[in-house]
Amino acid sequence: MSDITKQSLSELVENIKSKKLSSSEVTKAFVERSEKSKELNVYITEDYENALNKAKTFDEKPNLDLKLPGIPMAVKDLFCTKNLRTTAGSKILNNFVPTYESTVTQNIWNEGAILVGKLNCDEFAMGSSNETSFFGNVQNPIDKNLVPGGSSGGSSSAVAAQLTPITIGTDTGGSIRQPASFTGTVGLKPTYGSCSRYGIVAFASSLDQAGPMAQNVKDCALLQEVISTYDEKDSTSIDFKRNEYSKELTKDIKGKKIGIPKEYRVDGMPKEIEDLWKKGIEYVKDCGAEIIDISLPHTNYALPTYYIVAPAEASSNLARYDGVKYGFRAEGENLIDMYEKTRSEGFGAEVQRRIMIGTYVLSSGYYDAYYLKAQKVRKLIKNDFDEAYKKVDAILTPSTPSSAFKIGEKTNDPVSMYLNDIFTVPVNLAGLPGISIPAGHDTKGYPLGLQIIGKAFDEQNILNIAYAMEEKINFKNNITDWWIK
Amino acid sequence: MSIDLKTIKHISKLSRISVDEKKAEKLAGDLNSIFDFIEKLNELKTDNVEPLTSVAETTLKLRPDEVKSKNLREQVIKNSPKENEDYFVVPKVIE
Repeated sequence: MSDITKQSLSELVENIKSKKLSSSEVTKAFVERSEKSKELNVYITEDYENALNKAKTFDEKPNLDLKLPGIPMAVKDLFCTKNLRTTAGSKILNNFVPTYESTVTQNIWNEGAILVGKLNCDEFAMGSSNETSFFGNVQNPIDKNLVPGGSSGGSSSAVAAQLTPITIGTDTGGSIRQPASFTGTVGLKPTYGSCSRYGIVAFASSLDQAGPMAQNVKDCALLQEVISTYDEKDSTSIDFKRNEYSKELTKDIKGKKIGIPKEYRVDGMPKEIEDLWKKGIEYVKDCGAEIIDISLPHTNYALPTYYIVAPAEASSNLARYDGVKYGFRAEGENLIDMYEKTRSEGFGAEVQRRIMIGTYVLSSGYYDAYYLKAQKVRKLIKNDFDEAYKKVDAILTPSTPSSAFKIGEKTNDPVSMYLNDIFTVPVNLAGLPGISIPAGHDTKGYPLGLQIIGKAFDEQNILNIAYAMEEKINFKNNITDWWIK
Repeated sequence: MSIDLKTIKHISKLSRISVDEKKAEKLAGDLNSIFDFIEKLNELKTDNVEPLTSVAETTLKLRPDEVKSKNLREQVIKNSPKENEDYFVVPKVIE
């Protein structure tokens, strides 16, 4: 079978289960394509040889009852992987080799998947374009010098370029959904508390969630089913009844009430995004769903709230990088000097900026004016959603206010970079699940995504809506393999 | 509001990140544009709003106080940039 890497996860699983393909054949195919794709710079750490050995071991005694039997998979370099370097895209963790495994990745290996390597991301997941990574830019396979989105940019690029059949990212303000939208792939941010945060390098603990990134909705549902478990090692993990998302997946969404929030029509939004949204509304109507206009009045306050809450939590989480217990150390004249030099040389500019914002809003005299204020507005934003969900089952919005932009286009203006997350950030603040699916192209031929936001713990419902829409949209990614010589 | 260089120096000290003059000026510019954007929150009256500290509406679970991980000394020290047998080594703090 020559086109192994073109197959979806579900097809590969089926072909391995029916013994038409072995894990070794599949793993070799993805490793070979990855080796030819160095120009995309999606990998921070490759683990090809181990992967091929593990595939061989799997084939010797294949357990075909598993959900991901012998499937090779690369993961975002924010997940701690035992005995394989985990950098979070930062110089400060350049040499960090975890002695333990994150719960989410452990769940994946327990179902038979094989780790192939660690994928590039913005430093500590702080960024919307993968340009803050210590390990360099990632190319979007859609076009040369185009950003793949961020922070899970290596993940989105790797799935779109078919270097891994599926992957996982993390999403604090849009870091799964925005890169999925920029690369024509599917990305799900689960409900806060659905996937364990144990062993994920922390950014903003009240917002961080891991989630699947895939070529289609069915694959996405399958991986969500694997990674979402209750975990006593994460004190905010929630013990609720999880569905078998892929088995229960249905295109029947007749009678579902879909809300359209008027506040998401932001000033200066390109007409093609507005048109895409209208098209999306027609698609869900075609599927028998009912459209209801709703209001989320505090939408405009979500980004300013996020840029207080997230840096505040980050400044606290990143205090652990002190050059003493692990990671990079710069020598200093005394202890304080060593701390200050280590952090100044070890963190990149965006991370330092966010630590400083966070430190400032938490500092004496400013806490009430900024941090407490933001927590109160966060409550108002959550109330908006609670109110809306009395009338609707899910909400449909664009995923991003534009398609992917060029590398370097927004690096000098942090606020314009932050505006990328205008439609995704409210979902994290309210702790809700959201999925981005590819829904069309702009005039340049770049992909555009639509986002479906659900009630807390209602992943099945938004997956179903996405599944029904996916069939109507019939999206095709235009990828020419331009980077393969 | 405006964040001046003195404030940047103060935050840099609290953050334990050393900042030279050039970097301080760049940071002041960036932080001012970000805080201009954040000021939008002042439009809202929030006197009677309860702050949201966690979206997960559950109380923390209790568990028996049992030791589950043992003999992790080697693992804990493994990634240390400088160590001496069982200790993390830092620059001298007591003269």
